[in-house]
Amino acid sequence: MPPDSQQTDRNLTLKDAVLEAMFEEMESDQNVILIGEDVGAAGGVFKQTEGLFETFGADRVIDTPISESAIFGLAVGAAMAGSRPIVEVMFGDFLTLVMDQLVNQAAKVHYMSAGGFNVPLVLRTGIGVGGNLGPQHSQSLHGWLAHIPGLKVVMPSSASDAKGLFKAAVRDNNPVIFMEDRMTYNLKEQVPEGEHIIPLGSAEVKREGADVSIYAVARSVHTALAAAEHLQVKNVSAEVVDLRTLAPLDVETIVASVQKTGRALVLDGGYQSFGITGEIAATIGELAFDYLDAPVMRLAAPDVPVPFSPALEAMTVPSAEQVVAKVTGMYGGLD
Amino acid sequence: MAKISYAQALVDGMRESMAADTTVSLVGTNVLGLGPQRPLIEQVRDEFPDRVFDPPCSEAGLASLGIGAAMAGARPIIDFGVGSFSLLAWCQLVAEAGVAHHMSGGQINVPMVFTMLHGLRGGGGGQHSHSPQAMLWNNPGIEIVVPSSPKDVKGLFKAAVASNNPTAIISHARLLGVEGEVPEDDFVIELGSGEIKRPGKDISLIASSRSVVTALEAADELSGEGIEAEVVDLRTLSPLDKDIILKSVNNTGRVIVIDETNESCGVAAEISAIISEAAFDALKSPIKRIARPNVPVPASPLLENCLDITPDKIIAAAHDLVGN
Amino acid sequence: MTDNLTPDQNSAILDRMLLIRRFEEMLIDLAGDHNFGHYHLYIGEEATGATVVESLTETDLLLTTWRNHGHLLARGADPGRMVAEILGRADGYNKGRGGTLHLTVRDVGFLSTSGLVGGAVGLASGAGFALKQAGEDNICVVFFGDGAMEEGVVFEAMNLASLWSLPVLFVCENNNSGAISAQEGGFPSSEIAASRISDIPKSLNIKSELVDGADVAAVHAVIAEAVGGMRKGSGPAFIEAYTERWPGSRPLWPTQATGVTQLAAAWDPSLITGEYAGWIDEFDPLIRFIRNQLDAGVLSQDELRERDSKICDQIAEARAFGEASALPGPESALDGVFAA
Repeated sequence: MPPDSQQTDRNLTLKDAVLEAMFEEMESDQNVILIGEDVGAAGGVFKQTEGLFETFGADRVIDTPISESAIFGLAVGAAMAGSRPIVEVMFGDFLTLVMDQLVNQAAKVHYMSAGGFNVPLVLRTGIGVGGNLGPQHSQSLHGWLAHIPGLKVVMPSSASDAKGLFKAAVRDNNPVIFMEDRMTYNLKEQVPEGEHIIPLGSAEVKREGADVSIYAVARSVHTALAAAEHLQVKNVSAEVVDLRTLAPLDVETIVASVQKTGRALVLDGGYQSFGITGEIAATIGELAFDYLDAPVMRLAAPDVPVPFSPALEAMTVPSAEQVVAKVTGMYGGLD
Repeated sequence: MAKISYAQALVDGMRESMAADTTVSLVGTNVLGLGPQRPLIEQVRDEFPDRVFDPPCSEAGLASLGIGAAMAGARPIIDFGVGSFSLLAWCQLVAEAGVAHHMSGGQINVPMVFTMLHGLRGGGGGQHSHSPQAMLWNNPGIEIVVPSSPKDVKGLFKAAVASNNPTAIISHARLLGVEGEVPEDDFVIELGSGEIKRPGKDISLIASSRSVVTALEAADELSGEGIEAEVVDLRTLSPLDKDIILKSVNNTGRVIVIDETNESCGVAAEISAIISEAAFDALKSPIKRIARPNVPVPASPLLENCLDITPDKIIAAAHDLVGN
Repeated sequence: MTDNLTPDQNSAILDRMLLIRRFEEMLIDLAGDHNFGHYHLYIGEEATGATVVESLTETDLLLTTWRNHGHLLARGADPGRMVAEILGRADGYNKGRGGTLHLTVRDVGFLSTSGLVGGAVGLASGAGFALKQAGEDNICVVFFGDGAMEEGVVFEAMNLASLWSLPVLFVCENNNSGAISAQEGGFPSSEIAASRISDIPKSLNIKSELVDGADVAAVHAVIAEAVGGMRKGSGPAFIEAYTERWPGSRPLWPTQATGVTQLAAAWDPSLITGEYAGWIDEFDPLIRFIRNQLDAGVLSQDELRERDSKICDQIAEARAFGEASALPGPESALDGVFAA
């Protein structure tokens, strides 16, 4: 059974909210399977798949060898043949190992076959800097994926969103990449029971504001919210827009917010160069140029590998202080 | 100056690099694709028979081989054939080659070159037309060279081989047969130096690779209408010559960024964002992007052409801006 | 079967094994005082690394995985700077950017410690390629675990090495992670369809041997023969060094499952107690090698105690050095992406 289904308190962690979504979707659709390294008897290295193996058995919760490319290729083929796999890739960094299957196969099958095949699968992976895991286990590589036509990219910031988006992802008939920042795994909030679906492509304003729009996904949303508190003290009212999915991108909500505020900061934990901050900034520049009172600013991870040392690691994560500095910079500095 | 093809200039750059340094070798010989330029690569084999290798189909293995060899002191050139196949070696590219120098605290260098063809090639379809440059630069540590002319590819090739970092030389498949003048002397073009391919005062057309050629054609036509477009060729994306971009924008106040990577999170988006951050006050109108639409590349020539960036698309965008 | 090694060689191997064991034991303690992330220990596999390096020259190259401390120490890396790196300090070999997962030491011939399963194996074929091109008789050694055999790039790398006769010594340290770990909450996902790992390279015409990785003399015999052939141009070789996994490496995070090693257990069976007494008695490579050396009459109990005490002092100094080393300046995180 899902860990908290018997509880009346619906205050769940993000990790458990996704687990609950997996339970529900596997229960309601026999075609949904889970496949990956250590997802079965061990319940996942972060305990993120605990209980599924016991409930749904080894036929539907499948442990694999350390063969990311083959596992994902298998899932693409299975999805084409009628299965609805959830594939877990333990670290987002290991997406590099499945890029060919992801970009050249999964993303293109539907289009190349003129709709003859669907690839209904979810690739779930943990991302983000934290815990001194170093350059090969800390990356946030969503910018690449959002660049590829045919892929949907989902990055929840909260437990409730995570559940609703995950269920939508499982039911989507396309390959969906579901990326959770490991540092948000234990964030708790009230999560609706049962049928709670958030359509892919719908952003949400997490905090209303009048002076500046801050755009973010996943963990960066929390950085933006913290910065908004600081800015309030300086009499700057910041609106925080959680994009929730990068593909499809909710351009309407993005543009509506900046039309109201006239100022925009795009925040992201991925690399700045050729990442999503460039895309959002360019989109705003094209569609809301006449509303802008200041240049669209960006704040993202600096273009360096993530170093191991505790003293260095934090330098690669945009902070609330940096957000505040960028925003006040738009006003020529504030006290 | 001699007029030679892009493919011949690339081969000349490779030959001169190999003559200058005996640790340079070529692994993979599909550098010039499957078209009429293909046999030119035999010049390299004839001159350096011991340093040209025909490998099995093992992109990940070959990328690893190149990286390991570079770590051990050689300067290999690893050829992927088409850019789409670089995805088979993506882990090696970004998680080994790109990070090794930084991660080792500077103990290890990875002085090597990856070559590949990109772009709409005529029937390449969804799995042979990928332009990986935006995705590559979204990961730090790799230099990216996207030449537009025979002169540039030769000069940049030599700089790439001499560089102590992993460098991807990404050539557009449809540039291989394009001819241009190449100086006879021994020249090198520094990585990170863009070039104004045509000066103009009314609008900046910022491009790289084959899009530069398209932009120049559009600029010719626009000139006939009295609109003087400046064509800025980035030549390398990493390092990026931001100065030349901003100088041009400050000069013209109007910008179209033209690039063949997919529009979403692509090269044009990044350049556009850089400009709007750093030269907002100089802008007289929104920055326009002309990029590959966000769909896989269809194989049918008719459909493929719909995705292509043509002078007409650039001219229409320029009309929008200048009339703005 | 010690006659293939000289007394000096045996003595050097024993020192290396002791150094590795005491270093790794210290790390478990260090992890109690500092959080330096996930880490892996070489306990139980010392005989392999400490012996392989005996056949190498100064200019040979090496690559390894996250279970790297033993290999680096065996080649003579400075334990103090290793501790500094593991703690992410400025004096670390990688200036704090690598940590235990990527700790590498170019000065003693290491090109990379890759954190990607099978990653180092791919790179090794390249190091072999460069060495062959350079025309010297140097070789490249790559250490990796049984899990690496599950990654596709390993097949590609072995095929290239065989086709082009590259001087790469593939040392697969099979520490038998599969079934046992699964029972103890470790890594159940390590599995391969082949009956024996050493059978796989044979299909690519790579000479391949299976050896008891806890037996110094046996390891030396197969490595020396393989390396000798490789220096004459015979192409790659593959050694599967099989060990019985140290119980402390079975769970996800290392534990001091067998206690701090009591060397006297080699001659005093009463010291071998506890849940894992069987492992210590039968499989601990250090205890086995000490018994072997005592039996051969080339080592005395007193001499052993004296050497161990020296090494323990050296490890204590290394730990103090690492802990005293300053953290790097945060802004240095942004330096050095590209080489000059």
